[in-house]
Amino acid sequence: MQHYSMNLKLKVWRQKNSNDNGHFENYDVNNISSEMSFLEMIDVLNERLISEGSDSIAFDHDCREGICGMCSMVINGQPHGPWKGTTTCQLHMRAFKDGDQITIEPFRANAFPVVKDLMVNRSAFDRIIQSGGYVSVNTGNAVDGNSLPIEKQHADDAFYAAACIGCGACVAACKNASAMLFVSAKVSHLALLPQGEPERKQRVVSMVAQMDKEGFGSCTNTYACEAECPKEISVLNIARLNREYLNANLSGN
Amino acid sequence: MNWSLLFSSSIGKKIVMALTGIFLVVFLVVHCYVNANIFFANAEENFNRAAHFMGSNLLVRITEIGLFAGFILHIVQGYKLELQNRGSRKTRYAVTAGNKTSKWYSRSMAILGTLILLFLIIHLAHFWVPSRFGGLEEVYYGDKKFHNLYLEMKNIFAEPWVVIVYLLGCFSLSWHLLHGVQSAAQTLGWTNKNFFPMIKTIGIVFSILVPLIFALMPLAMYFGLQLDLENITLLF
Ligand code: HEM
Ligand code: SF4
Ligand code: FES
Repeated sequence: MQHYSMNLKLKVWRQKNSNDNGHFENYDVNNISSEMSFLEMIDVLNERLISEGSDSIAFDHDCREGICGMCSMVINGQPHGPWKGTTTCQLHMRAFKDGDQITIEPFRANAFPVVKDLMVNRSAFDRIIQSGGYVSVNTGNAVDGNSLPIEKQHADDAFYAAACIGCGACVAACKNASAMLFVSAKVSHLALLPQGEPERKQRVVSMVAQMDKEGFGSCTNTYACEAECPKEISVLNIARLNREYLNANLSGN
Repeated sequence: MNWSLLFSSSIGKKIVMALTGIFLVVFLVVHCYVNANIFFANAEENFNRAAHFMGSNLLVRITEIGLFAGFILHIVQGYKLELQNRGSRKTRYAVTAGNKTSKWYSRSMAILGTLILLFLIIHLAHFWVPSRFGGLEEVYYGDKKFHNLYLEMKNIFAEPWVVIVYLLGCFSLSWHLLHGVQSAAQTLGWTNKNFFPMIKTIGIVFSILVPLIFALMPLAMYFGLQLDLENITLLF
């Protein structure tokens, strides 16, 4: 792949704190290598801002290897930017060309209030997990493979659902700011495995109740979530979530 | 079952939308079938007899109450969902990258629903109100008296603007159903990998075919068209 460098025009959302109204600020960044990651490009800008004595741009990040789900931002209208199945930290500058204008905004949803600049508070997701995203049985240490037989299809589907990193891009992408892709991934992951069986019914009811309480919208099946999800979680999980919810309520405890 | 969850929780509301939506779809089939009498020879008598059956049969009348309840639930839940969904993102994005994953009509269900609702009010005033509360001419077949709903249809569809309003109603319905049918299947979790593609296909065919047949009715009345087939009577 050819290496090149580029000059970019950034338009970045700046907001001092959750009470501030916030506004866009324009920045020119020069000499950006096509081999940098998107976050490294912001690092370069931040170093300059700090040396100029101004406030650096706050953004969330942790692993920078696509597994923690922290690096939330909307790049030119897309959560995690233009590459499919990729987090912002894994997005590389070769996705852009010299002279590009890039608009960077925080994830927008009432349930994800802005903390500062591009950082949003996603503890609504933590509270959803606390409400039911656990198993009560002691599963001990990792057991030998196949000592607990699980149907192949269930094992596969549970594995794909478990790939959700809780990043919130589904909420950011959805026209209704719905969290159903996230919740459906968590519910599916545990509903498909024997370890999740004891709390199966109560889990889905509690998690959906918490999701509603947090003020997320509800799904109208337009599937923007699936397209923007860095882990490409399937909307078939939402159908499973609905089924689990209906079953849990119809049969009761 | 905690029934209140069906009306208060997000997924509960969605399930009510889907179930009432499917119920309304079934109603459309029956309505379309009965009305299709007007396309064939001896239309007046066949249609008036069919309409009489629908208006007098006890089972049909009981189902009609369910139909009104279904409409009201669907409309109320639909607007509640729409308001909640619109309110869930107070600050909008400056840039949106387009909506590659959905069609405009999938994102406009409430607007299309509102158009259908406006149409429905006009439609009920045209036909349902006079046939329940009087105002229709009467006609004898044999020695039995019938409401001449066919004549009412003929008079109403003599106005070009009424024909146009009905055509717009049919378009709105078609778009609403193009999203609605497959959406209801997803909402109810009917996504078995053999079954779901079939539902999607049936949904598309239904959403085009049924509103098309409905749209042909005011047109046929306005232009006085009738199929010169054997004496076909639907329902009886
Ligand atoms: C009278 C006014 C109507 C209004 C205001 C209305 C509104 C809505 C709304 C807001 C939705 C939800 C869209 C979504 O979840 O994406 C919906 C879904 C639906 N509607 Fe309607 N609608 C109306 C009439 C009808 C009629 C006449 C039919 C059928 C004959 C129908 C069939 C459906 C179906 C099948 C769905 C899909 C349910 C689902 O998404 O799970 N609707 N409607
Ligand atoms: S479903 Fe995808 S987009 Fe949503 S939180 Fe999980 S990984 Fe992120
Ligand atoms: S920083 Fe961990 S996924 Fe991007």
